[in-house]
Amino acid sequence: MASSCFSKSKTIIMRNLKSKNFFMLGFINHTYSITNLQFPRHLLHTISSPPLPVSNYASSSPYNYSIAFSRCFASVYGGRRLNTATSVRNSVDQLSTEAPLQQDLDFPGGRVKFTPKPVFTSSSTEERTPCYRVLNDNGQPILDGDSVKISKELAVKMYTNMVTLQVMDTIFYEAQRQGRISFYLTTIGEEAINIASAAALNYNDFVFPQYREPGVLLWRGFTLQDFADQCFGNKNDNGKGRQMPIHYGSRKHNYFTVASTVGTQIPHAVGAAYSLKMEKQDACTVTYFGDGGSSTGDFHAALNFAAVMEVPVIFFCRNNGWAISTPINDQLRSDGIVVRGKAYGVPSIRVDGNDALAIYSAVHKARKMAIEEQTPVLIEALTYRAGHHSTSDDSTKYRPVDEIERWRGDQNPLKRFRKWIETKGWWSDEAESEHRNGIRKQLSQAIQAAERVEKPPISDIFNDVYDIPSKNLTEQEAFLRRTIQKHAQDYPSNVPM
Amino acid sequence: MPGFISHQVAARGLSLLRLRPVAATMRTYSSATKEVTMTVRDALNSALDEEMAADPNVFIMGEEVGEYQGAYKITKGLLDKYGPERVVDTPITEAGFAGIGVGSAYHGLRPVIEFMTFNFSMQAIDHIINSAAKSNYMSAGQINVPIVFRGPNGPAAGVGAQHSQCYSAWYGSVPGLKVLVPYSSEDARGLLKAAIQDPDPVVFLENELLYGESFPISAEALDSSFCLPIGKAKIEREGKDVTITAFSKMVGYALKAAEILEKEEGINAEVINLRSIRPLDRDTINASVRKTNRLITVEEGFPQHGVGAEICASVVEDSFGYLDAGVERIAAADVPTPYAANLERRAFPQIEDIVGAVKRVCYRSLPMVATA
Repeated sequence: MASSCFSKSKTIIMRNLKSKNFFMLGFINHTYSITNLQFPRHLLHTISSPPLPVSNYASSSPYNYSIAFSRCFASVYGGRRLNTATSVRNSVDQLSTEAPLQQDLDFPGGRVKFTPKPVFTSSSTEERTPCYRVLNDNGQPILDGDSVKISKELAVKMYTNMVTLQVMDTIFYEAQRQGRISFYLTTIGEEAINIASAAALNYNDFVFPQYREPGVLLWRGFTLQDFADQCFGNKNDNGKGRQMPIHYGSRKHNYFTVASTVGTQIPHAVGAAYSLKMEKQDACTVTYFGDGGSSTGDFHAALNFAAVMEVPVIFFCRNNGWAISTPINDQLRSDGIVVRGKAYGVPSIRVDGNDALAIYSAVHKARKMAIEEQTPVLIEALTYRAGHHSTSDDSTKYRPVDEIERWRGDQNPLKRFRKWIETKGWWSDEAESEHRNGIRKQLSQAIQAAERVEKPPISDIFNDVYDIPSKNLTEQEAFLRRTIQKHAQDYPSNVPM
Repeated sequence: MPGFISHQVAARGLSLLRLRPVAATMRTYSSATKEVTMTVRDALNSALDEEMAADPNVFIMGEEVGEYQGAYKITKGLLDKYGPERVVDTPITEAGFAGIGVGSAYHGLRPVIEFMTFNFSMQAIDHIINSAAKSNYMSAGQINVPIVFRGPNGPAAGVGAQHSQCYSAWYGSVPGLKVLVPYSSEDARGLLKAAIQDPDPVVFLENELLYGESFPISAEALDSSFCLPIGKAKIEREGKDVTITAFSKMVGYALKAAEILEKEEGINAEVINLRSIRPLDRDTINASVRKTNRLITVEEGFPQHGVGAEICASVVEDSFGYLDAGVERIAAADVPTPYAANLERRAFPQIEDIVGAVKRVCYRSLPMVATA
């Protein structure tokens, strides 16, 4: 009943009593055939009643009912609003026939049109958000496409990096199978995402990875030897052997150390972007995560916050269809991840994750938008995780082998991009085999070298816990050294003191 | 007449000065002596103010810290003084803003994250531990996190089970964190300034009931360069018969218990204000036990795996031969905190519990029946 709404605030009733007629009309609700003031019939919960005579207000919608709520809502207006609401209408004025029709409601958060029909938005749209792509399946540019033009040098660099990444993955995976490293995780199928997105960023853009983005680090200059050293956890590892393989990190390359926790990097990227915003730097932060990672609480909090704080961050979702064994349909029921951006007020785009040029263009534009407009941007790249989740996984147990084969073969991103650069005359079979062989040789040397290098020293157990080691840690280190000296023969030889 | 009125104001001095809403240090002068006192709330506010003025990278983030002036008014006046970029009101997501705070610390800012109470920090505990505490180590020194997580910890009065837990033992067990527990205003000022300046992540556990309590404060402590060392306990009261370790509000209780013991039993108790749970000042505690030969520990947290358990183990490891009696731990009852005032009172240590425990370790009364 209208009265229940009014009873919420004594002030409303008091103000409305100014005009007794109006107050009565709220209940009577039938005789006032007017051009301006119409009644909140939906407040009376009459769902099936016929619409009141529509006014002369220029709108074809039959739902143009106005409500004359008084100044009661003035006090709840906050400083910032989603829409720019204008002045509050005075209910008394509504009684005059010259006053304009009020078409919508003025609640905190901005103006909103109302409707007398209880229509629920559908859980899914008939049409999914379209996917931006530049090259077709045969690597030919789609007509009437719009993309950033790239030079031959850049294109070849991108392709060769994709090949390097693929070869590196294959060889390190084999090394794990041979027992030479304890663990590995491949990026097979997502090479375009890795390399093309990295190529569109500047080196001073901070990267907050999940774990399937070593290609970004590769692009920025992390060497094959660096990768090998981390996987073997030797003393040249700039991670000091503290973490398991593939947990790369490099301050120098503005690539934050991979952490095993899923999704925690998403709010980190927002915080770092806030820092960039405060410093007014010409840079943004980029964070990567998968379809699985988008289910974490951190994802939602981060997107919401980033929109409110207006910070330059690119959220890059690698929707590869699988979160270990969880297929996308068990992960979410929304139209992928791209629609979540809208829910949080973040501009978003869906992109073909196997199309290097599309990714390059999308990230290029997103970066510009993020920095110039100081806004977060969400990119959802549709792709396929063509490899297993990691060396601890055998994905043939939960998905069909021919599906995997299809994505590793015809649909893989390298194939499509290669066709394009070959059409341009920038690449050839010879160049391909020369590059692959070269990389294979480099990798095998890197692995052999990494295997032979000593492990990190004893002191690396105790430092970096705090900026300055605490007393108990210094004591423990001293105790350990004394013990080792006493029992030197029981101490492994490849761990330096 | 103006002259007459102003003379009256000057004579009253104290009470009117208190009403002045100044963000800077609020000192009050007691009329009897020339001693300066300050509430813990003002001590924290002034410490935040000074650190934000000294370093433009320091910023505050949390629920209600800005427009509302702080849920407990600790951040009062700071939004007006430093603006919304440095005093950030957040949506309700502890996980979100803790994560964002850590991310900003990764890139050079020095956030002070406020939890409305540390009970809510459980929503963010993954970020506190996995993203903040362990980052420097896991990144091999490439990522340091100069962040401070602060807020009220432990029970208040009548706030029920989900608002009364003490987290000192939880955070105190994590390598990579520093955990501080101020008691007096001087502790609050010195330790908060030290925490903000520290390059490591710090968990700063305050106490809601202490916010309004006034303590005498020295001129040295009021100076803007004042800082207390992290990891050093303070001997609040020297004694020779028994050592009582306590932190936060329990220091006050221990001191009162010590007075009662002196007067009624002639027992001279030494009270140690821990100030720092991690690193724990084992040296001071052990030196004291070697002097007194008896120890009781007091805390408001749950008994199992508590701070007292750690102190007891430390003393057994380092000073076993010096103990003349078993160590007694006084802690909260092993129940979720009840709301009813009479039940709540029995669920937490009271002064008489401390007195009773001291008498037992001094063999002045029978030991309690051992519980499994």
